Amino acid sequence: MSVLVNENTKLLVQGISGKTGAFHTAGAKEYGTKVVAGVTPGKGGTMFEGTPVFDTVAEAVAKTGANASVIYVPPPFAADAILEAIAAELPLVVCITEGIPTLDMIAVKRVLESQSKTRLIGPNCPGVISPGKCKIGIMPGYIHKEGHIGLVSRSGTLTYEGVHQLTSLGLGQSTAIGIGGDPVKGMDFVDALALFEADPDTHAVLMMGEIGGNSEEDAAAFVKANMKKPVAAFIAGQTAPPGKRMGHAGAIISGGKGTAAEKIAALEAAGIKVARTPAEMGSTLKSVLR
Amino acid sequence: MKIHEYQGKELLKRYGVAVPVGRAVLDLGEVDDAVKWVQKEAGVQVVVVKAQIHAGGRGKGGGVKVAKDFVDAQNKARAIFGMNLVTHQTGPEGKKVQRLLIEQGIDIARELYVGMVVDRQSGRVTLMGSTEGGMEIEEVAATHPEKILKEAVDPAVGFRPWQARALAYGLGLKNKEENASAAAFLVSLYKAFVDLDCSLLEVNPLVVTKQGKVLALDAKITFDDNALYRHPELNSLRDVAEEDPSEQAAKEYDLSFITLEGNIGCMVNGAGLAMATMDIIKFYGGQPANFLDVGGGATAEKVTAAFKIITRDPSVKGIFINIFGGIMKCDTIANGVVTAVKEVGLKVPLVVRLEGTNVDLGKKILRDSGLNLVAANDMADGAKKIVELAK
Repeated sequence: MSVLVNENTKLLVQGISGKTGAFHTAGAKEYGTKVVAGVTPGKGGTMFEGTPVFDTVAEAVAKTGANASVIYVPPPFAADAILEAIAAELPLVVCITEGIPTLDMIAVKRVLESQSKTRLIGPNCPGVISPGKCKIGIMPGYIHKEGHIGLVSRSGTLTYEGVHQLTSLGLGQSTAIGIGGDPVKGMDFVDALALFEADPDTHAVLMMGEIGGNSEEDAAAFVKANMKKPVAAFIAGQTAPPGKRMGHAGAIISGGKGTAAEKIAALEAAGIKVARTPAEMGSTLKSVLR
Repeated sequence: MKIHEYQGKELLKRYGVAVPVGRAVLDLGEVDDAVKWVQKEAGVQVVVVKAQIHAGGRGKGGGVKVAKDFVDAQNKARAIFGMNLVTHQTGPEGKKVQRLLIEQGIDIARELYVGMVVDRQSGRVTLMGSTEGGMEIEEVAATHPEKILKEAVDPAVGFRPWQARALAYGLGLKNKEENASAAAFLVSLYKAFVDLDCSLLEVNPLVVTKQGKVLALDAKITFDDNALYRHPELNSLRDVAEEDPSEQAAKEYDLSFITLEGNIGCMVNGAGLAMATMDIIKFYGGQPANFLDVGGGATAEKVTAAFKIITRDPSVKGIFINIFGGIMKCDTIANGVVTAVKEVGLKVPLVVRLEGTNVDLGKKILRDSGLNLVAANDMADGAKKIVELAK
């Protein structure tokens, strides 16, 4: 078992013929992901590297039975691509694109909240992978290993670091979810934690947070109230100065709020073991396994 | 992107937000004309001379002075222009004042606060108001949270007139005319926020004059960098003198760079890993000199540029390169590092930690390069080594 994606996932790629989309679609196919359709307006009816291309998401879904979408379209058009996927009632939409204007995402979030068919991961994220079953996104597949640890993270390469540490310790992963580094986004930590808690094949969760906002505090409260499975965490940005955007649009301490110290305190108060350094994420998770 | 107060006020004025009569001065020679113009236009003698820097707390730092007449204004402008203004937001080194705003003096009856931000939890633009004008909202939030009024905007219908009225009533503007003029002010402010893709818009203080007029006495605007592409006209408002030169140079190569206080330069791929790398350096007793994310698609050219930016900082006594190759392959990075070192030279210790795609090939390239660098097995090993070497 795993969460969100598995061997039955039929993937549709929005922006399949762009440079990024083409590159990562090839990577997904190589990993074994079932890529059933691509969408590029104006190129409907053609084939792209063996995959049929459609003009609209709705048509692609109707003709291929796609049940997940990944978005690689450039920032000015990405919010629209998400909205089109929501309108087609795809159960899962993963938006990799970085740099979407916040006001665009505010509109998307409003639409997301007004429906119950679609779940959004991202934007500005590496994607989601259930090792050995399905890879959607830009992460290097080979560092993963099938197993029972759930991962959820606001980062990209830091997630790979965590996965690599787990794999090196012989701990495989059920699913690794990158929720992305933007301030207004789809799934958050609590949504991922709820999925992992309900998944019989996930035995423990490693969460990687960072400065800015209070998703980690919400996660801490959720773990305390609702989770029986062990959770370990790491928070990046303990040395980040206030008022500066640390790469990710959402990684900023504003008005003295959203510091790593506050987040670590909240997590620890909820009984979550927090790794002291990023080199100890894997070993910290191992130490909480029962 | 941040802009100056005077620029913010000019923008707000276009949206119908009432602001005092004022004129910006970019050169001391323009002061006389500006003062005369403001006095004539506003029909007043008293003007205010305000330092224009991208930091708050200017008044307390001595950067804002009231002048009773023309001569007084000249003197005060001369005193403030060129001064090194130190506020709680500039850091101890302060900022040199290179622009002034000359503004009409206002008979203030009441000072209030209004601000607008994107609330991350609700995912909505949220207006905030407080009767504690002039005080920073963080301070009010800490000491009197009950004094902060909030109205979240449903993006489907926008900021509604009833919300504007409710906020104005909450701010104590009960008189019909005052309430209507404050509500109109808030509606205009929201329109500016949305039209210009702001991420922060603060008017502190918002003042009610003795004549009952509602005016923005200050304006602080930050734009959403991700949305700047749809506002090319805002580009001209950028004041490069306010930006860190290294951060500016990094921008040209699409690198995310932030200058810090320490002495260990860092080059990392990915923002989360870059922050984590700073953290682990600190954990082992060192201090990072910068945050640097070379991004997912770094080329040899980008790595070279990043290397140059790091090494131009004289306080850098050691460099730690920490790469987790995914899409970006370790051999690409290794080649970039070798090219960069050969071009820029290496005067400080360099520790390199590579992991991920093509790691063995990457390590071999570094080994065979003959360069004097230290290879690290993992993040902790690399951090320990660079902290030791940079001592």
